[in-house]
Parts: sequence; structure tokens; C-alpha cells
Amino acid sequence: MNRATLDLWVGFFVAIGLAALLFLALKVGNLASTQVGETYRLQAEFDNIGGLKVRAPIKSAGVVVGRVSEIRFDPESYRAVVGMQVDNRYKFPRDTILTINTSGLLGEQYIGFEVGGDTEMLKDGATIKKTQSAVVLEKLISQFMFNKAQDDSGKK
Amino acid sequence: MQDNYLSGGLRGLGRRVTSRIWRLGFASRFLLAILLYSGTALRRFGLTIREIYFTGVLSLVIILVSGLFVGMVLGLQGYDTLQRYGSSEALGILVALSLVRELGPVVAALLFASRAGSAITAEIGLMKATEQLSAMEMMAISPIARVVAPRFWAGVISMPILAALFSALGIFGGYLVGVQLIGVDEGSFWSQMQASVDFREDILNGVIKSFVFGLIVSWIAVFEGYDCEPTAEGVSGATTRTVVTSSLAILAADFILTAFMFRGV
Repeated sequence: MNRATLDLWVGFFVAIGLAALLFLALKVGNLASTQVGETYRLQAEFDNIGGLKVRAPIKSAGVVVGRVSEIRFDPESYRAVVGMQVDNRYKFPRDTILTINTSGLLGEQYIGFEVGGDTEMLKDGATIKKTQSAVVLEKLISQFMFNKAQDDSGKK
Repeated sequence: MQDNYLSGGLRGLGRRVTSRIWRLGFASRFLLAILLYSGTALRRFGLTIREIYFTGVLSLVIILVSGLFVGMVLGLQGYDTLQRYGSSEALGILVALSLVRELGPVVAALLFASRAGSAITAEIGLMKATEQLSAMEMMAISPIARVVAPRFWAGVISMPILAALFSALGIFGGYLVGVQLIGVDEGSFWSQMQASVDFREDILNGVIKSFVFGLIVSWIAVFEGYDCEPTAEGVSGATTRTVVTSSLAILAADFILTAFMFRGV
């Protein structure tokens, strides 16, 4: 086989290899959508974050507006501190309430922004205290059992 | 009598262990020599391109076809299990993550070892058996620089490309079976996949894995060829050893790399 054909085949091989990598990066991974342009930082304190993970989405009205950037434990208040990167295009009122929700019964957990009515907007680096913890299924069940038992003993 | 039998067995065991360790040391020195002599392979890149054709391009068909089938099987099996839990939309995640993280690099490397690694060993072994390597040395051409290094680098370069193609074709196969044949919703198939496959965590780690496997397979293949006994039997034994050793080495290295890369959060 002569040199030119060889080069052509190897060039073709490398090209489709790069195309496969590009396909993996753009269509399979989310390289294009992770860079959401400019973001600003918000912080929130939660009593319990349940199974929330770093890079979990932040949604308002179901639309992704940012991502969780860090999760740490505050040893003084014994609460979880969640750092978030929110898209610069979206500003939220100061009395926004944060909740940790689950998509579907067993799906991943995300932070929901319940928008308030304040005219002043949250600034970069602000800390949000009004939060609602994740629903822990075991607690919910034990609460239900406890109430049920109480009801039953009340009837007797 | 029994004493003799016992000591003979022990002596044999000792000899086998020492020869293994000796070979390992020789293989390491050989790898160092390849790296030192690889200047020629990279300067005269035509040599390496020729070998990329033989190791990479000619492995394309087997890699593409098996990638497609592995993806299709994943689609069928994954759907069967996931629909019991009512979460057949997660099929995209299942197919993509298992291919990109594990099956792509590992299965492509196993196929590569048996398709290209064995060929490299047989070629170098035959060159040794027909004294072509000695002839090169007589002409003051280093066979490591002229024969071994281009084949080694060709394997190292081809392996990540083949693994990426394997994963891409596998995901396409999973899409064909899952979406086109079974009827999983196309939108959630892709969007759930995109939401949970991370470029750095999953895809780049998969590429790193396949690169390491490429190094291992190429190293073992050229070493077994160079070290084989220069007889017909020796070459066939070396070819078998290449496939067996590199398959085991790939699986062991995969465990170590996975333990480092995906510890969970």
C-alpha cells in the first residue's frame, strides 16, 4: 500500500475518533450546557439537606437557573451550608424561600426557589436563612405511625 | 524418595518465581528503552502512521460492530430491569454511564489486545525468529527504535480513539434498541443522559482509562514479541501469552483505576 493511501486511512481514523469524542462530549455529556455564562453566588443554611449533591440543579418554576457548587457543615450552628451558583440573568427577591425537593419518587434532589414579593433583590454573596429541609422518608413514616397509634389509643 | 520429590517441587517453584521476577525486571528495562529510543518513532512519524494503520484502522470493524451490539444488548437488558421499577426513562443514563465509564475502555481494550496486540507480538517474534532484528543490529540500526517504538506508540495512540468509537457506537446501539425498537421516550432518553453524564468525571476518566490500557497492551505485546524464543513454537507461545497477560492486566488495572476515579461523593 502506498504512502498516500495509508495517510488517508489514518487521517480518517483519527477524524472519526475525534468525532466520536465530540459526540460523547456534546450529545452524551453536557459540556455545552454546563457553562451557563456569568453566575453569582448565593448561600443558604439548611437543617437537613437529605441526599443533595454538589452540582445538583437549582430550579425555579421548574426551570434550571443554577447549580449547587459546594456543601459544607457549619460546626457552630450545626446546620448545613449550601453554596450555589445562580445564572446572572435571573434575580430573585430577598424573601425567596428555598426548599429541597425530589424529582419523582426516587429521582435526584434539587433546590427549588419559591419566589417572594420583596422589591429588593438578592445580591452576590447573600445568605438565605428561610429554608425548608429535605423530606426524610423515614421521619415521615415514623410520624405517620406515631399519629396513627395516637389516634387508635384515643378511640378506645 | 519423598524428600527428593518435595525438594524438586520446591526448586521448580523457586525457579518459576525467580524467572517471573526476572522477566518483570527485563520488561521494565525494556519499557525504559522504548521511551528513550522513541525519538526516532516520533521524528519519522511515517513509521508510526504505518503502524497506526495496522493496529488502529484495521481494528475498526471489530470495534465498531461489537460496540454496536454491546450497546444494543445493554438497551434490551437495561430496559427489562428498569421497567420493573417504572423508570425506563433512565435507560439513557444506564447505557451511557456503563459504556463511557467501564465497558467502552475495557471491552475495547480486550478486543484490541486480541486483535492488534497478538499481531504485534507475532510480527516482532517472527522478525526475531528469522533474524531480521539481528540483521538490523548488524547494520547499526537499533531494532527498538526502528521496529518496537513505532508499534508501541501506534498502540498507545489508537487505543483511546477506538474506545471512544466503541462508546459512541454503543450509545447509538442503545438508542436504536431503546428508542426506536422498544419505544422509550426519545427526549427523556437523551436529556436524562445529558443531565447525569459529566464531561470531566465520566468521559475524561474513560479516556484516561483507555490511554492506560493502550500503554499496558502495547507494552506487553512488544515485550512478548521481543522476548520470545526464536522458534515457531516460541512465537505461538508468546502470542498466547500476550493475549492472556494483557487481558488480566487490563482487568486488574481497571479495578485500580476505578477505585481511584469513582469513589462516589
